[in-house]
Amino acid sequence: MSLLAARQLSRVYRSGVTGRDRRTVLDQVTLDMSPGECVALLGRSGCGKSTLARLLAGLEQPDAGEVRFGGRPLPTFGKADWRAFRRAVQLVFQDPVGAVNPRETVAQIIAEPLRHLRGLTGPAAMEQIQGLLRAVDLPADAAGRLPQQLSGGQLQRVCIARALAAQPQLLILDEAVSNLDLHLQIQMLDLFARLKADRGVSYLFITHDLRLAERFCDRVLVMDDGRIVEETRVGGAFALTSREGRALQNAVLPAMPPRRAMAG
Amino acid sequence: MTPSCLAIRGLGVETTRHGAAVRLVDDVSLEVRAGETLALVGASGCGKSLTCAASLDAAPPGVRRTAGSIAIDGVEQAPADIRGRLVATILQNPRSAFNPVRTMRQHAMEGPAARGVPASGRAQRIRVAMADAGLEDADRILALHPFEMSGGMLQRMMIALALASGAPFLFADEPTTDLDLIVQRDILDLLLRLTREQGLGVLLVTHDMGVVAALADRVAVMDAGRIVETGAVMDIFHRPAHPVTRGLRDAHLSLYRDRSAA
Repeated sequence: MSLLAARQLSRVYRSGVTGRDRRTVLDQVTLDMSPGECVALLGRSGCGKSTLARLLAGLEQPDAGEVRFGGRPLPTFGKADWRAFRRAVQLVFQDPVGAVNPRETVAQIIAEPLRHLRGLTGPAAMEQIQGLLRAVDLPADAAGRLPQQLSGGQLQRVCIARALAAQPQLLILDEAVSNLDLHLQIQMLDLFARLKADRGVSYLFITHDLRLAERFCDRVLVMDDGRIVEETRVGGAFALTSREGRALQNAVLPAMPPRRAMAG
Repeated sequence: MTPSCLAIRGLGVETTRHGAAVRLVDDVSLEVRAGETLALVGASGCGKSLTCAASLDAAPPGVRRTAGSIAIDGVEQAPADIRGRLVATILQNPRSAFNPVRTMRQHAMEGPAARGVPASGRAQRIRVAMADAGLEDADRILALHPFEMSGGMLQRMMIALALASGAPFLFADEPTTDLDLIVQRDILDLLLRLTREQGLGVLLVTHDMGVVAALADRVAVMDAGRIVETGAVMDIFHRPAHPVTRGLRDAHLSLYRDRSAA
């Protein structure tokens, strides 16, 4: 059975004074995520990836279609269902600075899901916080720091730790590792792989970096202009065939410098 | 005559933490030559961006340059005199680099006016620079505000402003980090073309060895505020000497291990 599913999701953004200007950002998107599965959603900026992520996480409502969690449509959820859903599906955004309260310490930031979603407080919460900081390779003394005292990469890892604090079944990562240094990206991927193996966590990796998809994902979806235009199983290297997929694949940076004429 | 070499010598940068001086950049020397790209690579927080900024005396508040000089063709210069005149800078996240309530035209006129370019020449200059930066239809774009433009367009505009300044050197600090892969490729191709065709000398700060492979002629590797290795791009990739360089290269190549790496 699918863990999280989207059925014919459409979303239109209206702008202008009276909402006359309409832009369809998602056009009948259907998607199924199985438990333990890792799916990459690829596409250039503005193709609707992040909107899809927000709809899947229940942060925004579709104009048509529905999102189902464990087979049940989100709009039928009661309070307890939402709580279970929030715990099961966590989202990490691209911009960590905008995703945290600048007046809270790292410990307070991570304590929030522990308290609200898992009922942990006091020493039990502190122990979890320390474990999560270790898992994302932050020093124990980061707990007492404020967001502005951390680098962007460190703060992004705080956001990942906060998402993991809920012990989610599905983690939606909206370009959440692409801004990290490579060794940290790889470290995060290794951590995700471990959680996948140990606890069957699923991942929806929203990215424009094919290399990450190749390394980590079972299935790749290519989005273009609000639609899913291609779907491919991944087993190591793979070739995309849609126009958009080929454009993405051609844009992958070289592994080694090409032999080109030197300057001068 | 167009300058051919920019040299940063013995740069030292410090800040104060808990009352004690902390050295952030330590004795860094770099040489950027006209017509080529020197990539400055290293982990985040190693001091690469600070090196760029401090060498032009544009370090953030609370951080001070304690040593070092900058020279053009062997002649030492006051950083404030060459900033924006001989060295243009483009940054990561172009959106935050523009004033949100001003049009591209207002941005484009500000620099030349400050440099004393006669009003008659300003419009033509920015048009040529925009065409070189791959922005067709200059009239339409000059009327736009930042929010009406994509990140890729804004970065091209930032490059156009840099070109319009006529500066022979460009400091590019993670210029493609926030852009999607397709736009990134276009911007890197553009920078490569500008070095080759216009003889621009580029100091490229990046943490992505893929960007280095695509663009750099020479590479300086930085770790904890110091340069640990400098060499031709081929040597850095094929014969890295320092463990930090090897670490960066190996982490990068591990992303490609499933594909037949060229």
